[in-house]
Amino acid sequence: MAAAATAGSSPGSGPGDSPEGPEAEAPERRRKAHGMLKLYYGLSEGEGAGRPSGPDPLDPTDLNGAHFDPEVYLDKLRRECPLAQLMDSETDMVRQIRALDSDMQTLVYENYNKFISATDTIRKMKNDFRKMEDEMDRLATNMAVITDFSARISATLQDRHERITKLAGVHALLRKLQFLFELPSRLTKCVELGAYGQAVRYQGRAQAVLQQYQHLPSFRAIQDDCQVITARLAQQLRQRFREGGSGAPEQAECVELLLALGEPAEELCEEFLVHARGRLEEELRSLEAELGPSPPAPDVLEFTDHGGSGFVGGLCHVAAAYQELFAAQGPAGAEKLAAFAQELGSRYFALVERRLAQEQGGGDNSLLVRALDRFHRRLRAPGALLAAAGLADAATEIVERVARERLGHHLQGLQAAFLGCLTDVRQALAAPRVAGKEGPGLAELLANVASSILSHIKASLAAVHLFTAKEVSFSNKPYFRGEFCSQGVREGLIVGFVRSMCQTAQSFCDSPGEKGGATPPALLLLLSRLCLDYETATISYILTLTDEQFLVQDQSPVTPVSTLCAEARETARRLLTHYVKVQGLVISQMLRKSVETRDWLSTLEPRNVRAVMKRVVEDTTAIDVQVGLLYEEGVRKAQSSDSSKRTFSVYSSSRQQGRYAPSYTPSAPMDTNLLSNIQKLFSERIDVFSPVEFNKVSVLTGIIKISLKTLLECVRLRTFGRFGLQQVQVDCHFLQLYLWRFVADEELVHLLLDEVVASAALRCPDPVPMEPSVVEVICERG
Amino acid sequence: LPQSPKVLGLEARALTPQTAETDAIRFLVGTQSLKYDNQIHIIDFDDENNIINKNVLLHQAGEIWHISASPADKGVLATCYNRTSDSKVLTCAAVWRMPKELESGSHESPDDSSSTAQTLELLCHLDNTAHGNMACVVWEPMGDGKKIISLADNHILLWDLQESSSQAVLASSASLEGKGQLRFTSGRWSPHHNCTQVATASDTTLRGWDTRNMSQIYCIENAHGQLVRDLDFNPNKQYYLASCGDDCKVKFWDTRNVTEPVKTLEEHSHWVWNVRYNHSHDQLVLTGSSDSRVILSNMVSISSEPFGHLVDDDDISDQEDHRSEEKSKEPLQDNVIATYEEHEDSVYAVDWSSADPWLFASLSYDGRLVINRVPRALKYHILL
Repeated sequence: MAAAATAGSSPGSGPGDSPEGPEAEAPERRRKAHGMLKLYYGLSEGEGAGRPSGPDPLDPTDLNGAHFDPEVYLDKLRRECPLAQLMDSETDMVRQIRALDSDMQTLVYENYNKFISATDTIRKMKNDFRKMEDEMDRLATNMAVITDFSARISATLQDRHERITKLAGVHALLRKLQFLFELPSRLTKCVELGAYGQAVRYQGRAQAVLQQYQHLPSFRAIQDDCQVITARLAQQLRQRFREGGSGAPEQAECVELLLALGEPAEELCEEFLVHARGRLEEELRSLEAELGPSPPAPDVLEFTDHGGSGFVGGLCHVAAAYQELFAAQGPAGAEKLAAFAQELGSRYFALVERRLAQEQGGGDNSLLVRALDRFHRRLRAPGALLAAAGLADAATEIVERVARERLGHHLQGLQAAFLGCLTDVRQALAAPRVAGKEGPGLAELLANVASSILSHIKASLAAVHLFTAKEVSFSNKPYFRGEFCSQGVREGLIVGFVRSMCQTAQSFCDSPGEKGGATPPALLLLLSRLCLDYETATISYILTLTDEQFLVQDQSPVTPVSTLCAEARETARRLLTHYVKVQGLVISQMLRKSVETRDWLSTLEPRNVRAVMKRVVEDTTAIDVQVGLLYEEGVRKAQSSDSSKRTFSVYSSSRQQGRYAPSYTPSAPMDTNLLSNIQKLFSERIDVFSPVEFNKVSVLTGIIKISLKTLLECVRLRTFGRFGLQQVQVDCHFLQLYLWRFVADEELVHLLLDEVVASAALRCPDPVPMEPSVVEVICERG
Repeated sequence: LPQSPKVLGLEARALTPQTAETDAIRFLVGTQSLKYDNQIHIIDFDDENNIINKNVLLHQAGEIWHISASPADKGVLATCYNRTSDSKVLTCAAVWRMPKELESGSHESPDDSSSTAQTLELLCHLDNTAHGNMACVVWEPMGDGKKIISLADNHILLWDLQESSSQAVLASSASLEGKGQLRFTSGRWSPHHNCTQVATASDTTLRGWDTRNMSQIYCIENAHGQLVRDLDFNPNKQYYLASCGDDCKVKFWDTRNVTEPVKTLEEHSHWVWNVRYNHSHDQLVLTGSSDSRVILSNMVSISSEPFGHLVDDDDISDQEDHRSEEKSKEPLQDNVIATYEEHEDSVYAVDWSSADPWLFASLSYDGRLVINRVPRALKYHILL
């Protein structure tokens, strides 16, 4: 039994399986239906997958299978099952069959009753329908009768209806007539009450009719009355309009009513503008009063606010009302308005410009930019209304002009700052030195100047950058996007400043005070280094900074960094060259005086190096220190030997021997001079005031060259006694001892000093040179 | 061809053309030696054969610092020379006459003449015992050779040469007064204004003098940053003069406006010792400097022919007319024509030939005299 139950029911039925067959069958059937549905909807049997092998549908031993074969089944049972089980199966089978039979019976009983009641119901419905058909027939006949009656009544009432319609028309006409007859009194009342709008509406309604029927005397009278009243009305309106105090909206209403009364629009619009002008001029006057010199002018932001809300707001109202009222006027009216706005606008602009001009000196850009922003923003509204008046363009122009002036102002500020720095440096240089110690170091001063200028530049950039800030209404104008950034800021401000800086610096080179040196040499040196630093780093830094801050979209050509750098370098070079000249001149003057003022013929035997030579060496050392503070050492030619040991001897070179060879004959000196010339061929020509390089050695070389060349030329203009020559010898040896270390090529010093001694010997009628050893002793002692 | 160096054998600073000679190219050079007798070399330049001839005259009075030739008499010249005595040096001035046969140059071989060097004949001394060292002597230009001016320390002295120049009488004088040691360094006599004006240089100042009453006409203070070495008058423009000095600059002045120079040249790299206008074509300016260079500049914009040579309308064809019109339209540019670097020592003197306007000489301290010509292309450009 258990086996049969297992076979008969699906294993999925699980624990709820009751041993009772029909009870167990119901869920099974339901499941089958489910299975079909699921199959239909393409769903696999979820939990059904648990069914291990499923009964083979083709299994002929399956009692519920389609291919059940009783013979096979029985065969199988008989073969497989013992007797007891067969018995059990049989009883079980019988029991199941019985249960099925009783089920079938109950079903048949139940359904039989239902069939019977259904048949009864159908029979009853047949009866009812037959009755209803009869009723419907009767209804149709009744309806036909009603239709007939209705037609008859309509025909009877036709005539009356027409008469009633006519009467209603007459009634309406009469009411209109009554309105007309009452019109004068109504108008009067309205006028008295001040309900001008109502009056104008009445008048408007009656106007056409009265016009049409004016040939009838009665209507004519009414019309005349109305006209009188209307005229009075118009007059009152005008009166109100002229009094004007009641403000723009009411005026606009007056004008509207007057227009509705058919007053000439031309005249009205003139009058309207005259009134508007009065009000706006009032605003302008109050603005002008704020400008006035006596009361402390409110700040520029407040001013533009007043202007914006008072004047520009008023103008907006006027323009809006005008366009609404006189739209019918067409282009002529618009032109009139444009001219009006233009004239008043230009006066307003003049006031604003006067106020802005007062602001030019001020340092606060942010306030100015905000003021300009408000000014510009305010004017965009009327600008849209009054495109023809070009107010927005004019406003933009003003803003641009102010921006340009601002740039100029900043450039001036930078220049002034630079000059201020220079003055500071001058003062620092001129300040009395603290005993023992040098004053403020040149390098420190240079750093101060450089950082101060840089911070000024950055401050200026930041200040003008406000003009291009996103939230500012005019920053997207083409001028501010393009020209302002490239031509204004980059070229005008930054490049302009660097150029003017170079120019200012160069002007120190051209100063007429060449003799006294109005410019302290240290300043020249400092400026030269400053320009050189600009060339190497600062210029490109500033320009990069500028380009980053002001994203230059303009394609107009700008000065390339290299050009500016070249200018700065040229300035630095000129300044340094001038420094060399000035310092060389100082030493030259000392040497020249010392040569010119001495009586070289009757001088005593030299015992000492002359003080002036010591002074020259001291000064040169001081210059060396000074230049060393700012410039690098530079390249020196390799030293040949112990140069300081070299002693001057008048007859040392073959050249001089040639010179002094006693010969009159033109032929003999030819040869000796040939020798000297050949020697000269091998020594390079010395360019005395040649341009210098940017290093200490080159600068010192330049100064020493200038000094020694001066010494040479001065010596050649004098006549020396024997001791005079010896003194020159001593002096030159002393210079040789101390000067070689400063120059790039010590040969140069040798050469020049050789020339000096040789020239002194030439200028001496009795040239007896001093023993080199004695010269050395004197120099070492000195 | 362009350069003809001549070595004198002795140091020299003094150079002058033989002013009265208008046919032959002849220069006079004075030597400067303390040890040997000084000489005046008469340098003849044979233009056609490009040969230099030299005659030597002894000048035993002393080393020559300045030399100038009479504009009227080929044989007469004046020198400033140093006389050393008792450990004192005094610069004196004297007027000399050269031997007659040398006046027009002799073309003997220099070797023969040198051995028998002739001597100058002293005409007269310009007595300066009361005035100090003579800086220079200038002759009245285009005059009869009877008037000279000498500059002695701070005095300007006008002399009349009388009795065939054998006697110099001090006609009038003036002197600079002021602080410090004022000393004239150089002077020139203007060829304009009927030869009544002289300009002098002292320290950094240029001064103009009227020779009729020896009064100062104009004064250009601080004409140069440093000492003014030399000056010269424009031969064709009466108010124009050029000056040069230790600031390495050459400046051109209009004496009616003494505050600003008309033009400044800065081509030399050391002191400029000499500046000379060409006698006929005043756009050509010659300068010599102790940087051993001689520079020839074309200062056409401030010359008397700023638009080039103006040709008379009558004698030119249409074609030329067109060309000259073109030329006159664009003002010519000032420029350096040439830098001559033949010298190896400081050049203390340069001057134009009095006979050939296209030829000039320069003299350096080592005694080298170089004669050069204006570049041919420029010469034709100026002439045509």
